[in-house]
Amino acid sequence: MKTFKKFLGGLLLLAIIVLFLVVWTALPWQGVVGLAIALAVWMVATRRGRQTWQVTRVGLSTLAQRLGSSSVVVVGIAGVVGVLVAMLAMSEGFAETLRASGNDHTAIVLRGGSQAELNSVLDRDSANVVMQAPGVKKGASGRPIASGELVVVADLPRKGDPNSDSNVPIRGVSDDVWALRDNVKIIAGRKFTPGLRELIVGKGAAGQFAGLEVGKSLRLAGQTWTVVGEFESHDSLESELWGDTQSVASAYRRGSSVQSVTVLLESSKAFDAFKASLAADPRLKVDVSTTQAYFSKQSEALTKTLRIVGITVGIIMAIGAVFGALNTMFAAIQARAREIATLRAIGFRGIPVVVSVMLETMLLALLGGIIGAGIVWLIFHNYTASTLGANFSQVVFQFQVGPALLWTGLKWALAIGFIGGLFPALRAARVPVTTALREL
Amino acid sequence: MKYFHLIWAALFRRKARTFFTLVSILAAFLLFGMLDATRSAFDSGGSVIGVDRLITTSRYSIIQSLPVSLGTQIKAIPGVKDVGASNWFGGIYQDPKNFVLSFAVSDNYFDIYHEIQLAPEQRKAYENTRTGAIVGEALAKRFGWKLGDKIPLQSTIFPQRNGDKTWPFDIVGIYTAAPGAANGTDQQFFFHHKYFEDANAFQSIGTTVGWYVIRLNSANDADRVAKAVDALSANSDHETKTQTEQAFNASFAKQIGDIGLIVTAIMGAVFFTLILLTGNTMAQAVRERTSELAVLKTIGFSSHSVLYMVLAESVLLLVIGGVIGLALAGVIVPIVAKGSGGMLNLPPVGTQTWLLGLVLMLVIGAIVGALPALRAMRLNIVDALAGR
Repeated sequence: MKTFKKFLGGLLLLAIIVLFLVVWTALPWQGVVGLAIALAVWMVATRRGRQTWQVTRVGLSTLAQRLGSSSVVVVGIAGVVGVLVAMLAMSEGFAETLRASGNDHTAIVLRGGSQAELNSVLDRDSANVVMQAPGVKKGASGRPIASGELVVVADLPRKGDPNSDSNVPIRGVSDDVWALRDNVKIIAGRKFTPGLRELIVGKGAAGQFAGLEVGKSLRLAGQTWTVVGEFESHDSLESELWGDTQSVASAYRRGSSVQSVTVLLESSKAFDAFKASLAADPRLKVDVSTTQAYFSKQSEALTKTLRIVGITVGIIMAIGAVFGALNTMFAAIQARAREIATLRAIGFRGIPVVVSVMLETMLLALLGGIIGAGIVWLIFHNYTASTLGANFSQVVFQFQVGPALLWTGLKWALAIGFIGGLFPALRAARVPVTTALREL
Repeated sequence: MKYFHLIWAALFRRKARTFFTLVSILAAFLLFGMLDATRSAFDSGGSVIGVDRLITTSRYSIIQSLPVSLGTQIKAIPGVKDVGASNWFGGIYQDPKNFVLSFAVSDNYFDIYHEIQLAPEQRKAYENTRTGAIVGEALAKRFGWKLGDKIPLQSTIFPQRNGDKTWPFDIVGIYTAAPGAANGTDQQFFFHHKYFEDANAFQSIGTTVGWYVIRLNSANDADRVAKAVDALSANSDHETKTQTEQAFNASFAKQIGDIGLIVTAIMGAVFFTLILLTGNTMAQAVRERTSELAVLKTIGFSSHSVLYMVLAESVLLLVIGGVIGLALAGVIVPIVAKGSGGMLNLPPVGTQTWLLGLVLMLVIGAIVGALPALRAMRLNIVDALAGR
């Protein structure tokens, strides 16, 4: 009967933990603040609460004596939160860079089944048909605002590593690109001159790869090109070098064909009509998507992989940290066993003891979470990295350690603290007073 | 060894504490096993089979092709045993998610990549079938392909002459990768360059190849031959860059990102925490047993035996947890690889990982045991027994 009761108790505890984790994951920050306020009110207003506060104070004041073992909780949790936040920041940064590259009022047209610009080819006639389709916004001169573009890849060394090769995308764009992508701003030098072998470089590319300063020249496809300007757009286009479509096409012997056509739509509502008219045109076999859909799709796979890896690594590390916390807190309540027993002998009930031990663990956990998230924020916020993107070329992106991620990190820390504190707390409240007092 | 039962008893003196510490160690080494598998999945530069191979690509970019005529010129360079050509096909099977590493290759390709092991009759069948394809064992398993299957592969780049982007292939051979081959070797799909040229909508493709692979008579000639190959096209409109296969692979893996660095950083954080955690456990264990250790010394154990016993205890703790953790990684990694549907091509936890893991266990065990062990050794019997 006794073992059965014990078993039931264990089951109940497990259910509580699972329930806590489920609720905790779903809880928005307002809920957590509410909980904290409720706890504070309880501790001030009720007798039990005031007892809890007293017990907690005693626990915290003896913390200095247990500095070594308490730091295990703090450092362990800092490690979990740090790794988790860093991985998620990478995933978030990459997704954000590509998300910013697209919007719902520009559309990109590729040859059917191409998936990425690098694989696509559209001949001049098809490109013209696309530009004249209904729904495309016309400029002042009555010409459609559209850009027939080429993307080729050049091998350039990374900064500080002259022997490395990185596939850097070079995009040939047409004159209308400035109206089409109005977020692109020249921050140094000037725009390239159509017809000349001139390039402007994105800020990201200029930061990552060597020899792209304004005024420098570089060899592409056996010809010498000059960098005449640097631009900024806060999206994945910043990883690119831009030149005039005709010049790039002649250098890479592409004739009059282009790889993609990007058009400015009259409004986001015009997309469906635009797509339908191209689909109905027997001369064309193309894929049409908004730039938003196109770029989001490119980030999908990598973002998902990074998230899964980050969370898996986080969970395994969290298991390690939970057991580390358990160890520390069991040792802590054991060191204070007589003190806790004395409190209970003079009339303190179980609840204050349980809550105080848990509060202590969760405070240590919170400290760990803040340290871990803080270190990652200091090192990695806006840290620039690059990887291979869909066009078989480098996409430069920045780690994004935003408030939402920091909050996720803290929530993980508190959850670890909760589980790591629960068992020792129950043990502290359960040991028979007489046994504890008699122990040496 | 005669003290083993004593060490064992000391280790499990407090079962709960030892158990908690073991789980933490286990988690750390499980992570180590899994991450090391990930790292080696991206680290294909380590294969020794390819030391006598060079890769010649366009100097300006991997997407630019090279003229067919260059092949004969390369072959004439002394020290070159054979020259093969390859072209990227960019194939997908049925769904864009099912990307297939597919190449149109010259017929001598399999002599150059001798780690691709194909039964002679299958090789013969391949030579006699225009649309024949040879696929790796792992790839065939991933899509359930069998010998004799007719499969359509869609190219993201090349349409056929009739405008259709779906190319039909006959699977005539399934190869295995020789031991020691680069990771992922058995995930590839090869077919005739001739078929690729003839049926391609881009007729100019017949005069170009994507890149050349060169097999050398001796790996020592690599530098000289590489220079000679690049000299052939110097100052032309198709300048080349020739490098060893290892250098080529390494630079490619680096483009994806420095996986090694990320893994090392994570493991650094994990092991730092682990040292602190087990160090704390050991310190507690020794502090608690002060009087027992004093008794041991009183009945004649030398200070050094006590030192070694405490050290052995911490190393044993690490080794038990670590071995279970790595074994668990050995079970989980294949499951993850299988669950990803062949997308994530993780090698099983290998000897190298085990060796590195064992070294780490011993080193960390010694580090965390050192301070408590020294403390135990220096114990003054009288003070310790008196509880001072």
